[in-house]
Amino acid sequence: MTGRTAAKHEAETAGTAQAPVPDAGPVLPKRRRRVHPVIVIAAGAVLVVALTYMLPPFRNYQLATVGAYFCVTAGLTVLTGLNGQLSLGHGALMATGAYTLALTQNRWENLPLSFAMAVLVTTVVGAVIGLAAARLRGPYLAGLTLAVAIVVPSVTSTFDETFNSDQGLSVFLNPPPEQYPIEQWQAWLCWGAALVVVLLLALLVRGRFGRDLRAVRDDETAAKLAGINIARTQVLAFVVSAVCAGVSGALFAYLAQSVSPGAFPLTLSLFLVMAIVIGGLGSLFGALWGALLLVVLPALSQSVGEQTGSQRLEGNLALIVFGVVLVVVMLAAPGGLASIPSRMSRLIRRNR
Amino acid sequence: MSEFVYLTFDGLSRGLVYAAFALALVLIWRAARIVNFAQGAMAVSAVYVAYSVTNATGSYWLGFGAALLAGLALGVIVERVVMRFVDHSSPLNGVVVALGLVLIFQGVLGIVYGNEFLPFETPFSRDAFVVGGVAMLSRYDLFVFGTVGAVVIALTLLFTRTAVGLRMRAAAFAPDVSRLLGVSVGGMLTLGWALAAAVGSLAGILVVPTELGVHPTAMDVVFVSAFAAAVVGGLDSPIGAVVGGLIVGVLLSYVSGYIDVTVAPMAVLALLVVVLLGRPGGLFSSSKARVA
Repeated sequence: MTGRTAAKHEAETAGTAQAPVPDAGPVLPKRRRRVHPVIVIAAGAVLVVALTYMLPPFRNYQLATVGAYFCVTAGLTVLTGLNGQLSLGHGALMATGAYTLALTQNRWENLPLSFAMAVLVTTVVGAVIGLAAARLRGPYLAGLTLAVAIVVPSVTSTFDETFNSDQGLSVFLNPPPEQYPIEQWQAWLCWGAALVVVLLLALLVRGRFGRDLRAVRDDETAAKLAGINIARTQVLAFVVSAVCAGVSGALFAYLAQSVSPGAFPLTLSLFLVMAIVIGGLGSLFGALWGALLLVVLPALSQSVGEQTGSQRLEGNLALIVFGVVLVVVMLAAPGGLASIPSRMSRLIRRNR
Repeated sequence: MSEFVYLTFDGLSRGLVYAAFALALVLIWRAARIVNFAQGAMAVSAVYVAYSVTNATGSYWLGFGAALLAGLALGVIVERVVMRFVDHSSPLNGVVVALGLVLIFQGVLGIVYGNEFLPFETPFSRDAFVVGGVAMLSRYDLFVFGTVGAVVIALTLLFTRTAVGLRMRAAAFAPDVSRLLGVSVGGMLTLGWALAAAVGSLAGILVVPTELGVHPTAMDVVFVSAFAAAVVGGLDSPIGAVVGGLIVGVLLSYVSGYIDVTVAPMAVLALLVVVLLGRPGGLFSSSKARVA
């Protein structure tokens, strides 16, 4: 299947393009024929639509959640994996998108307009944070974006006439066309948005912009000598990834039909980092794995919690599993899950 | 006027706690060039140890001592088991691993103690003395002043007057040369982590009773404030961390007192932005470039 070969190929490139640790492997990957992203996305769309007809409603809802997460993990992958900027504030950017959707939707009840507004507002917010971020590196950037993530509940309670502090807002939605179950409709909408976002990202990253991103990540001085405007590249990367987070947040507001600061805690931002690190920094397919894990692991840990009858286990087991996986992956395979096949094949080749 | 005096003293007391926490960040930064994003979670774990010991024995001071010991132990464990093996070729790696540790600590604490605020009493009254109609300091504030002051003096003496302190500085400054001269660089690194974690735990046990109580995420905002303090002071400078802590504490106290408590995190963010963009090296840092 096309999806599989593309996944294999992505994994191959991830071996050399992975972010934090330059691998000791060959500098240039062997040139393989690259499947055009449009084909991969089209195949993905067919697969998703087929899935929505086969899955029971609750699974369709989970599928929709995966799609919503996929938007933000893909965007964060571009920022952190390809451009080397670590953001702990993407949960807050999701909150921005979600609140924008809620406020616009409750005033005008026009879903496309609300999504457009969510994109617009997160573009502006992303540009503001990105302008600051472009001047910061490593732990400084992480600390600043961490402060952004912490600020969400503070903003919602300070301006509580608009945001209704901890209770949050409910979102008025028109019901979907009658012939489709609501979960199926949700899955279509979320995956439609996710696939469009990822397609745009994939096209963007293939071209000159993607090369600029990587060049800036790997060696700023060399990139500057090659005529790349470093600050502009970094701000653009931040804006692009902020928009993805905004769309994702808006999708979550749509799915939950409500927004509250409790839905966007600091842990969410940490989970996102975990998702992209595990998926393999810099690979959009890795971002898909990350999004899948974000839905599957909490669900699993919840069912374990229910079985043991311990309420404390339910929410917290997922934290531990995420944390352990994150630490182990960072120590053992910094390229993430997506890099394991290429690492293995390299090992085998070396041993031969 | 009296409100101003009260807020200033309250801010100084709070600022000293941030200073201690920022000092912990600076200690690890100087030793290992890592900003320990797990510091808050480690400190909360130590505070939970204190909570358990205090509840079991009825003595605040046994809990206090247990927290410091737990801090030391956590520092050693985190450095020996995890941080030692982090690939330092990119500064992102250390941050990401520390974030993983945050999730682990918070998950374990949530399972053991539950995700609710548990009450934690102060050993001294928090009612301020009133001098000439003006509320000034409470006994607890004096306790905070004394404890953090003692720690700062002890650390200064350790680093400037003792052989171990010299070795620790050497190991951080020129690891290869120090190793050739017989300094156990790895051991010094572990010691640095242990000390830093203990100081962080001290800050935790001082600040938690003055807020809502113990909660797995109780130190998140404190961490950000202390990070801001460390950045204001320049991550490299212990004196800067103390001054930065006082600045942040007083600023937050004024913002909470004159505007609203909920605005405080926004004030921290604003301060961080201003300092990082205006004077990224901090007020006390000697180095010019801020690349790592």
